[in-house]
Amino acid sequence: MDALDLARWQFGITTVYHFIFVPLTIGLAPLVAIMQTIWVRTGDEKWLKLTKFFGKLLLINFAIGVATGIVQEFQFGMNWSEYSRFVGDVFGAPLAMEALAAFFVESTFLGLWIFGWDKLPKKIHLACIWAVAVATNLSAYFILAANSWMQHPVGTIFNLETGRAEMVDIGAVLTNNTLLAAFPHTITAAFLTAGTFVAGIGAWWMVRLVRRGEHDKARTYRSAVVMGMVTMLVAGVGLIWSGDWQAKLMFDQQPMKMAAAEALCETQDGAAFSILTIGDLSNSCEGVRHVIEMPGFTSFLATGDFDATIKGVDDLQREYEEQFGFTDEAGNPISYQPNLAVTYWSFRLMIGLAVFSAVLALAALWLTRKGRMTDNVWFARLGVLAIPMPFLASSFGWIFTEMGRQPWVVVPNPNPSGVDGVWLLTAQGVSEVTSVGHVAGSLVAFTALYGVLAVIWYRLMHRYAVEGIAETPDSPTPDQDADAPLSFAY
Amino acid sequence: MDLAIVWFLLIAVLWTGYLVLEGFDFGVGMLLGIFGRRRRGAAPDATAEKNRRVIINTIGPVWDGNEVWLLTAGGATFAAFPEWYATLFSGFYIPLLIILLALIVRVVAFEWRGKIESETWRTWADRALVIGSWVPAVLWGVAFANLVRGVELDANHQYVGGFLALLNPFALLGGAVTALLFLTHGAVFLALKTDGEIRERASVLAERLAPVTLVVAGAWAVWAQLAFSVPWTWAAVAVAAVALVAVVRATRARREGWAFTGTAVTIVAAVVLIFGSMYPDVMPALDPANSLTVANASSSPYTLQIMTWVAVALTPVVLLYQGWTYWVFRKRISAEQIPEGVGLSLRKIADQAWGSKPETPAPRS
Repeated sequence: MDALDLARWQFGITTVYHFIFVPLTIGLAPLVAIMQTIWVRTGDEKWLKLTKFFGKLLLINFAIGVATGIVQEFQFGMNWSEYSRFVGDVFGAPLAMEALAAFFVESTFLGLWIFGWDKLPKKIHLACIWAVAVATNLSAYFILAANSWMQHPVGTIFNLETGRAEMVDIGAVLTNNTLLAAFPHTITAAFLTAGTFVAGIGAWWMVRLVRRGEHDKARTYRSAVVMGMVTMLVAGVGLIWSGDWQAKLMFDQQPMKMAAAEALCETQDGAAFSILTIGDLSNSCEGVRHVIEMPGFTSFLATGDFDATIKGVDDLQREYEEQFGFTDEAGNPISYQPNLAVTYWSFRLMIGLAVFSAVLALAALWLTRKGRMTDNVWFARLGVLAIPMPFLASSFGWIFTEMGRQPWVVVPNPNPSGVDGVWLLTAQGVSEVTSVGHVAGSLVAFTALYGVLAVIWYRLMHRYAVEGIAETPDSPTPDQDADAPLSFAY
Repeated sequence: MDLAIVWFLLIAVLWTGYLVLEGFDFGVGMLLGIFGRRRRGAAPDATAEKNRRVIINTIGPVWDGNEVWLLTAGGATFAAFPEWYATLFSGFYIPLLIILLALIVRVVAFEWRGKIESETWRTWADRALVIGSWVPAVLWGVAFANLVRGVELDANHQYVGGFLALLNPFALLGGAVTALLFLTHGAVFLALKTDGEIRERASVLAERLAPVTLVVAGAWAVWAQLAFSVPWTWAAVAVAAVALVAVVRATRARREGWAFTGTAVTIVAAVVLIFGSMYPDVMPALDPANSLTVANASSSPYTLQIMTWVAVALTPVVLLYQGWTYWVFRKRISAEQIPEGVGLSLRKIADQAWGSKPETPAPRS
């Protein structure tokens, strides 16, 4: 392996790892804010208990999301310095905006929320968690603006004199249609993750308590199930709508990713959507055999027309070769196709794994109808089983998006809505001065540390989830506490 | 004024914010290892544990917001000086990697420490906090001293000096300066924010540290001035010297507010010295022809203009609400106020997951 491969592995591992925690934070922060809002407005203690219970899980998760996010801010410079030189003029702007507009709000108001319980006036304390919730979502917008620009560069020119991409229109970068579709897709995926998490834990506890005959306590968890269910249903509709939009944009902007996602080797009219394909993993078209297909469906997804022509991988390779050259600077032939097996399967796993949440939501819809509760152990098991699935689906979605655009790090625009002349191969973006040893060493260090932290994170989340709602308040009685300088959270 | 110069100043401001704010929370983390040390083989001590929690809670509400100044400085460097960002972080690869690893364990240790009620668990969390504070406190000094000194860049602005070249005597002394400065800054902050035993111990330590910091920081600054810097930054050195002398006197007189102002001013002056001596370079090369300068490393005027508007609009707001946080949590903390821990035991006593089905079916009301 050379430094390029190692740097790609490192980016993949650190980013996928970071994004295990991020969707839960993005989705759960607003849900906790809603729980607290209901408590403040109704005074119903049940919602205070839920706020504190899910609030603790949010904080355990938030910490590791923040910790692994620091790396992201610097990794572009460490391993991808040539990329940074080429794109910094445009790519750096949303990153800096994210820090200024979102990270500061998130971190400061989270501190106020954690340490301000019983200290700040109720409504101001509530406003703090809302500030956190809004900021986490705003943060997603800016970082997706950066990523969408890589997928579909807009608002930029290639400056021959400086040899880099330069921003000419910030408005275009911040309203890139790729971004406008990716943002709702990412956010709804995050809400699906958090909704499944809340409903899954709620389902397990509700069933447990109903079976123990503790119906009053079970009712509190029923509220969590209902809240999670509604979140999942709304998010699910949003996911399908935004995903459909993304597919149509992808057909326009990244036809190679579309073809690879379908393992579509030859150009076809009325291309089928394949459910199962067998390949020999050699990343060539020769070994691909489609086993189960839905006729015309890929054409429909891409354009809304069952008979539309979809270009195949082989034809696109020839087009790219003519436009961007047959060989790289070292004289090796360039393959413009992404890894077919990874692209094909990650796309299907993204969709397939999200189905668990749909099943859980529908089961919850039925079992909690008209104020009912259930003692059905299978519902509890389904809840627990469903929890990890949207996490995995999100990961596969990103693996698909990022692996599917290879070998490009900045994808050239085949369509008129983008800009000309701005593109970069991933191989051109890697740092020139970092040695294999450096990248290998940091890859090992990050992977080992992240592995340990993942185990601790899981044990903490699991421990706090099975502990359930604390029946005793975790701070001293309010009158004793009145003079305390803060709510001692550490 | 040229926007590239404005951004050079803004990035200096962001680093100032970072080093002044996280400077004291690094210091507090470092002091946790001194005031909160566990004796080998000794039984867990409830008073000592409360004192540790006093120390950690002083920065509890603010450390995360302080750390964002670093992320903002990083993002702003990327946006305004892509060449600087690229060369600096690919060149200073190993120190940056070590800093990142330290910051990661530090972040999770803060949030996870109190979640489990176990002495072993807390011991590990404290180790992470102490190491996670010492390592960046030293390495930021090493990194900035190298920027003052100049580094080996080639004609393509790539850093080619290697890791060991970064560990020169001037840079190592720079690491000692930041470590001492943050330690003093943290001790003064603890004295200002606590009451009781920790306040007393922090005051005594600050009093002892202040003269040492004055001597070591003074030596480094004079070295920097004579060997690498420009004449006008003598003014920054003078301000730092006056401020540190004030710290020496204030710590003796137990004037905690003044002492803290003194250490903060010293850090501001240090950043002025560092950035002043670099200018007009952002990364001076040993061969001046290869230096990365404010002019040749910056983004296009359009990008700088956009970013200037964003920074001008948002930075005052950030200062406002971060200032408010310090106001909300302005009171002193003492061990008597620390409540019992609310962490769980790591292992739950297993109970039957589903129990037996109750006689009566679930109500369907």
